[in-house]
Amino acid sequence: MATPAPDVPKAIKVEHVSITYQTALQGKQTLVGTLSRLRRRRKIVKEIRAVRDVSFEVPRGSVLGIIGHNGAGKSTLVRAMAGILPPTEGRIEVHGRVSTLLALGVGFDRKLTGRQNVVLGGLASGLSRAELADKYDEIVAFAELEEFMDLPMRTYSSGMQSRLAFAVAVTMAPDILLIDEALSTGDARFKRKSFNKMRELCSADRTIVIVSHAMKSMRELCDEVIWLHKGQIKMYGPPQKVIKAYSKFFSIDVDEDPAEEDVVSEEDV
Amino acid sequence: MSTDVTTPAHDPAATHDPWADALEREVNVYEPHKVGLPPIGDYLRELWGRREFAFELARTRLRTQNYGTVFGMTWLVLSPLMLGLVYFLLVSIIRGGHRPEGFLAHLLGCIFAYYLFSDAVRPASRSVVGGGRLINNTAFPRSLLPLAAVGTSFMRFLPTLPVLAVILVATGRPIDANVLWGIPIIVEILLLTAGVSMFFAALQVYFRDLGNFLPYLMRMWLYTSPILWLVDQVPEQHQWLVYLNPLAPMLAAWSDAVTAGTAPHPAWLIGGLAWGIVALVAGGLFFISREREFAVRL
Repeated sequence: MATPAPDVPKAIKVEHVSITYQTALQGKQTLVGTLSRLRRRRKIVKEIRAVRDVSFEVPRGSVLGIIGHNGAGKSTLVRAMAGILPPTEGRIEVHGRVSTLLALGVGFDRKLTGRQNVVLGGLASGLSRAELADKYDEIVAFAELEEFMDLPMRTYSSGMQSRLAFAVAVTMAPDILLIDEALSTGDARFKRKSFNKMRELCSADRTIVIVSHAMKSMRELCDEVIWLHKGQIKMYGPPQKVIKAYSKFFSIDVDEDPAEEDVVSEEDV
Repeated sequence: MSTDVTTPAHDPAATHDPWADALEREVNVYEPHKVGLPPIGDYLRELWGRREFAFELARTRLRTQNYGTVFGMTWLVLSPLMLGLVYFLLVSIIRGGHRPEGFLAHLLGCIFAYYLFSDAVRPASRSVVGGGRLINNTAFPRSLLPLAAVGTSFMRFLPTLPVLAVILVATGRPIDANVLWGIPIIVEILLLTAGVSMFFAALQVYFRDLGNFLPYLMRMWLYTSPILWLVDQVPEQHQWLVYLNPLAPMLAAWSDAVTAGTAPHPAWLIGGLAWGIVALVAGGLFFISREREFAVRL
C-alpha cells in the first residue's frame, strides 16, 4: 500500500501532544486516608509522563500502526485520540465519528446481558437507536453469540467478550476506528475471521489506528508505523523499516526479554 | 429502520466521492484544560444528544432489579409503605398515641417523596466509580451516569402515586385541584436530586469510602426533614431553620398540597425552587469541571 498523496485531507492531527497524569500510589483514595495524610503532611501521588511532545498526522483512508513495549504510552495516546483523556499540552483534531476497540472491551456492567451492554455502549458512543437496531443482528452474527445475547455478561468467557467487542467496533462502520491490543481475539478460527475483516476495513476508505504487538499483522495491515518509546516517537515510517528497527533494538536491549515477546507476536494471527 | 436512510455517508459501496462530505463530518478538537469548565453550550448539546443513553440505562437498571414483573412492582410500592408504617408506629409510641390530624397520610406521602430523593442519591454516588469500563472506553458526557440514576428513581416513584391516592381516600383526605401543585414540587425535588447526585458521584471518585458515610448522612437528612414531624410544630421564631435543609421547604409544600389538600405556602415553593436551582447548578458545575479527569482516576 502506497503512502497516500499529500493532498488527501487529514483525519487525525496530533500536534505537540503531551499527556501527564497523577496516580495515587495508594490503591484507592479515601476520606479517612486523606485526613490521616493531612496530619502527616505527606503527598502520595506520582506523576506519570505517559506521552511527551508527540506530533503526527493520519491521512484519511490510511492505516497507522503504533508499536512499542508495554508502558510506552500507546494506549494513553489512543485514548486521547478517542477523546477519553484530555491532553496536558498540545492539540488533537479528529475529523469524523470515532469507534473504539480498546483493551478493556465491550460492556461496562457484567450483570447486564450482552444485548443490554451492546445497546447501552452504542448509545453512549453516540449511535441512534435506529442505527443500533439496523446493525444489531449483524453484530450478533459476526460474534457468533446468538444464543448468549440474553445472558448476563458475567457468564461469558473472555474469548466471547472480546469477540463481541470486536464485532461491535467493526460493524458500527465509523469514519475512524481506534484499536488497542485487540487484533488477536478468540480461537484460531475467529482470529482468522477478524483478521480478514480488518484487512477488508483497511483496504476500504477507513482511517484506522492500530496498537498491537502482533508484528506480522501490523506489517501486512499498516500504511505507516509509529514506534513509541517512553512516550516519544522513536521512529515513524513505512512498516517494514520501523518494525525491522524495532526488532533489532530489542535484540540488543539486554534488560528486556525480546525473544519471548517476538515469538508470541509472530504467532499471533 | 432502513440502513440506506440512516447511514448513507458510511456505506463504502456508495458511489459518491469519499471526500465530498468533508465539511459535514463532525470535527472534534481535544485540547488541554486546567481545572475548569468545558464550553457549557457544547457540553449541554452533547448531553442532550446522548439523552437516549440515560433513558435506556435508567430503564435497564429498573428491569434488572426485577421490577419488570408485576411481582417486582409490588415490592417497589411495599417497601416505602412498610417503612412508613414502621415510622408511624414509632412516632405513635413516642407521642403516647397523640398525633396530628391526617398524620398517616402526611407521613406516607412524604416518605414516598423522600424515597425519590434518597433512592437516586445512593446509586448515583456509585455510578461513576462503577462505570469505570465505560468511562475508560467511550467518550461521552459523564453526567449521564448520575442522571440515569435519577431517572431510575423517578420510574420507581411513579407507581407509588396511585398507592398514595388510595391512602388519601382511605384516610378521608380530599383529592382536589390543589393536588396539581404536586407537579412543580416534584420538579423541584428532581432538580435537587440531580444536583446532589452529581455532587456525590464526582466526590466518590476522590473519596472511595464516601459510601460508608452516605447512609448516615441520608438518615440525618430524613430526620431533619418534615417527614416524621410537621412544619407547624416548629416554633415561630425557629421557622427559618426549616430553610437550611433544601428538602424541607419542598416537603412542607408537598405535604400541604397533596396530603392536606390546601394550596402550599408560596414561601415554601419559592424556597424549594431556589434550593433546587442552586443544587443543580452547583452540583452540575462541580461534576462537569471534574469529569474529564475521571478516566485517569478510576
